[in-house]
Amino acid sequence: MGVEGIGARVVRKEDKRFITGKGRYVDDIKLTGMTHAYFIRSPHAHAKVKGIDSSAALKMPGVVAVLTGKQLVDDKVGNLICGWAITSKDGSPMKMGAWPAMAPETVRFVGQAVAVVIAESKNLARDAAEVVVVDYEELPAVADMHAAIKAGAPQLHPEAPGNQVYDWVIGDESATDAAFAKAANVVKLDVTNNRLAPNAMEPRAAIADYDAAEEHFTLYTTSQNPHVARLVLSAFYNIAPEHKLRVIAPDVGGGFGSKIFIYPEEMVALWASKKVGRPVKWTGDRTEAFLTDAHGRDHITHAEMAFDANNKIIGLKVKTYANFGAYMSLFSSSVPTYLYATLLSGQYNIPAIHAEVIGVYTNTTPVDAYRGAGRPEASYLIERLMETAARQLNVDPAQLRRTNFITQFPHQTPVIMAYDTGDFNASLDAAMKAIDYAGFPARKAKAKADGKLRGIGVSCYIEACGIAPSKAVGSLGAGVGLWESAEVRVNPVGTIEILTGSHSHGQGHETTFCQLVAERLGVPISQVSIVHGDTDKVQFGMGTYGSRSAAVGLTAILKAMEKMESKAKKIAAHALEASEGDIVIENGEFKVAGTDKAIAFPMVALAAYTAHNLPDGMEPGLKESAFYDPTNFTFPAGAYICELEVDPGTGKTSFVNFVAADDFGRLINPMIVEGQVHGGLVQGIGQALLEHAIYDANGQPVTASFMDYAMPRADDVPSFNLSHTTTLCPGNPLGIKGCGEAGAIGASAAVINAITDAIGKNNLEMPATPDRVWRTIHAA
Amino acid sequence: MYQTTYHRASSVDEAASLFAKSSEAKFLSGGQTLLPVMKQRLAGPSDVIDLAKIKDMIGVEASGDTLTIKAATPHYDVASSDAAKKAIPALAYLASLIGDPAVRYRGTIGGSIANNDPAADYPASLLALDATVKTNKRSIAAADFFKGLFTTALEDGEIITAVSFPVPAKAGYSKMPHPASRFALTGVFVAQTKSGEVRVAATGASQNGVMRVPAIEAALKANWSPAAIDSVSIPASGLLADIHGSAEYRANLVKVMAQRAVAAAG
Ligand SMILES: Cc1cc2nc3c(=O)[nH]c(=O)nc-3n(C[C@H](O)[C@H](O)[C@H](O)COP(=O)(O)OP(=O)(O)OC[C@H]3O[C@@H](n4cnc5c(N)ncnc54)[C@H](O)[C@@H]3O)c2cc1C
Repeated sequence: MGVEGIGARVVRKEDKRFITGKGRYVDDIKLTGMTHAYFIRSPHAHAKVKGIDSSAALKMPGVVAVLTGKQLVDDKVGNLICGWAITSKDGSPMKMGAWPAMAPETVRFVGQAVAVVIAESKNLARDAAEVVVVDYEELPAVADMHAAIKAGAPQLHPEAPGNQVYDWVIGDESATDAAFAKAANVVKLDVTNNRLAPNAMEPRAAIADYDAAEEHFTLYTTSQNPHVARLVLSAFYNIAPEHKLRVIAPDVGGGFGSKIFIYPEEMVALWASKKVGRPVKWTGDRTEAFLTDAHGRDHITHAEMAFDANNKIIGLKVKTYANFGAYMSLFSSSVPTYLYATLLSGQYNIPAIHAEVIGVYTNTTPVDAYRGAGRPEASYLIERLMETAARQLNVDPAQLRRTNFITQFPHQTPVIMAYDTGDFNASLDAAMKAIDYAGFPARKAKAKADGKLRGIGVSCYIEACGIAPSKAVGSLGAGVGLWESAEVRVNPVGTIEILTGSHSHGQGHETTFCQLVAERLGVPISQVSIVHGDTDKVQFGMGTYGSRSAAVGLTAILKAMEKMESKAKKIAAHALEASEGDIVIENGEFKVAGTDKAIAFPMVALAAYTAHNLPDGMEPGLKESAFYDPTNFTFPAGAYICELEVDPGTGKTSFVNFVAADDFGRLINPMIVEGQVHGGLVQGIGQALLEHAIYDANGQPVTASFMDYAMPRADDVPSFNLSHTTTLCPGNPLGIKGCGEAGAIGASAAVINAITDAIGKNNLEMPATPDRVWRTIHAA
Repeated sequence: MYQTTYHRASSVDEAASLFAKSSEAKFLSGGQTLLPVMKQRLAGPSDVIDLAKIKDMIGVEASGDTLTIKAATPHYDVASSDAAKKAIPALAYLASLIGDPAVRYRGTIGGSIANNDPAADYPASLLALDATVKTNKRSIAAADFFKGLFTTALEDGEIITAVSFPVPAKAGYSKMPHPASRFALTGVFVAQTKSGEVRVAATGASQNGVMRVPAIEAALKANWSPAAIDSVSIPASGLLADIHGSAEYRANLVKVMAQRAVAAAG
């Protein structure tokens, strides 16, 4: 490892611009002649739009246009799509309710747009929006999943009778039934995985700019995957063919999944820009973020786990209801199926698993992938079950896990995933040592003497990252391949530009990706720049989500680097009159091994571009590209242990210690990895203790501001004690597994297991608010 | 935000006359309540009259048995005031618990009590300490000032200039913060006056805003100790209930916070 190579704690290059306020976000961009959009949104959870009268608004100062859902449909702008086809157990395709970008006839959740005002300023647009009269006929609404599937419930979509999206199954039902028939013990658990609002720091925004002469659109947008946005906008929404649409995602202030999807506002901005012949800007505010950014989680699950007489798991049955909200968002269908049920084996040897997932429409904001996407729900369920089982079987929870750990790799689970490598005992050992697990009973006794209830909770998570082998996901219904692409451009002076299809919105790619180049060439990272987020610059890309940027995106860069280095070596060998096989790269020089003959990398680059003396037949230039398709998912795993105290008087939880021992494979920049883990853990703790997106029975959101929706803050969380136990991923040359979601996947079960341990009652739902905990303590 | 006209008053009289001249004016102090409401377009005053720069309205003073906090004094200044910490440490402590640092640097006692949010902290201290609200027109006893949710005895255009607190023999405050807003899910202020009277006020709990808690006062009058409250039962009826706290939970908090406030008061 060089000072800036792989494994070095290099300070983030991008932070200078962020800390000094020089970041360039969509809202910072101002185009000549730009107009501003303000959306008129439904105040009702379910209603018919009987008419829209914009005559008064059109007379207001600065108003350019008022456009409605009907006009959008008349102009044949396509409905929003869901890109992953799921088939129900009866063989029928999932039931898709039509989702136009603005509702022409029916609104199905509070906040759904029905019209947009385009004006000279945002304030003028908002003034005019107040005098647009929308005539709604309210319809009965349903927000609760169980209520939605009852006979006689209000129906959302004619396409989906009974509000059911799909009824999907995975695993071997008869083998699972047989396991339960011979079980010595069965452990049962009902859990709710609470709905969350992602709340990236930067709200979504879009600027659309139509050039009538070229019939070309440019869209600046808050996207985690600009090429996917372009693909979807072109292929499905009739906006423009791909070569006539440039999508730019500049600095983006956090995504957590919520900026993967193509939303109505971007589509409307593009369409409106052509209609009014001027650039159109929309910047969402926090309330709009709460109402329209895809929410996360929202499962209700009943699970049963069968054990033999030696406390070995022999079977698992799961039935989950997943709330999709009012419409199927871009990747929503895959989240509670292939990203959830395929991880239900956890870190354990479970010979038979059967899971059924029922997707439900309700009059709420659509739900889609949010940090972890399906895997937090699976991990929470399994780790709550393990803790419940340990209590019921009266064994130590850590020991019960060890009894069931998978120790031989590769390991084929009964739910598709084939784990490539791991060492689950090693991470559990490290976490138990870090928290002094053996000393806990004494600490608990001491806390009791002080009037506090102390608890400890373990969570051993596994996730599937590095999303994903294209052929595999294609066979499961994905509409896209999930490879990544990269290009290495060496300039004639030897500086290097890396163009990547990954997108950085907080992950630090501008630093870590340079570290790979520094590692391989021995050049300082100041000589390298990372270009991303622009479909006109980067050849293609699938973007950043599913902890895939290092495992997939960086591997694509490696592949392109190898091609570039191979050509550079030929040039160096030619210049040094040596054989190509003798050339080694060291400290920025190409050397003839074992001699003092060397040529500096910039001279090789220059030679490539002057082309005065290249090997016969070689093309000038030094630029290579690569597409990399992973061969398997990667499987980050680890053990989290949380120790906390509950105040019996108030039910309030205070952390004593939180340890995380993760196996992410190779770490590129441990400092950035720690930041990712910290952020993930805080989101997991937020879900466990604070966050909950709530609707009343009529589908009115109760938590649409930070005054009601409790986001975790620094004083809500402990200092974390992190460590790493590493097994290199055999599936990619760098041995990387990914670290972006782990914290959010593993933390919540550790917290709830610790609280339920502290209070001595097993049934407690998230978020474990002080009120809930207090009532659980004092319940009969 | 709707269009509005901003005025920076340099004296209380000027503020009052500006108010009288405007069609629908609002006083602005720390802006921590008024500005968000205006940004959401839930309020659209024709004129905004800023009180926060009026010198006579800023400062904390102790004289004899009275601590006076002028109306435009930010919470941070109260929390860090030596005079307040010496005279009524529980009050300085209360100010240190309000919101977050940004809110404490801006928000003021005058704005807080004029707004009379049912979960605001200061009203509990005013009621428990039997404070007097001074306005440009009169003096109002705290008990007469708070009139239920977001309602006070203030007349249209009346300006709070200061609040004066009699220095108690003992006082304590304990608060369970609302997890999202950090207002009081329930906060209880206990005080024993120099004449031996016990006064207890709870905020965040009642559907009618800040309230005295006679049952706890009686228990503490007999025996000033946390244990004295053990046997008190607080009924849940009439208490607030929302996603962060049921009425039963708040009833429990009134009791538990009172016990902790007594423990803190010593
Ligand atoms: C995020 C957040 C968290 C908060 N947390 C807490 C908390 O934990 N506890 C708590 O108690 N409060 C809390 N607050 C409220 C805050 O501390 C202020 O006390 C409150 O917003 C009002 O004070 P202000 O000075 O900002 O008043 P402004 O917003 O300026 O005014 C509020 C109202 O009072 C009127 N007014 C102001 N001054 C006078 C005066 N001198 N005479 C007559 N009328 C006047 C105004 O016209 C307006 O109607 C919080 C606020 C925010 C935004």
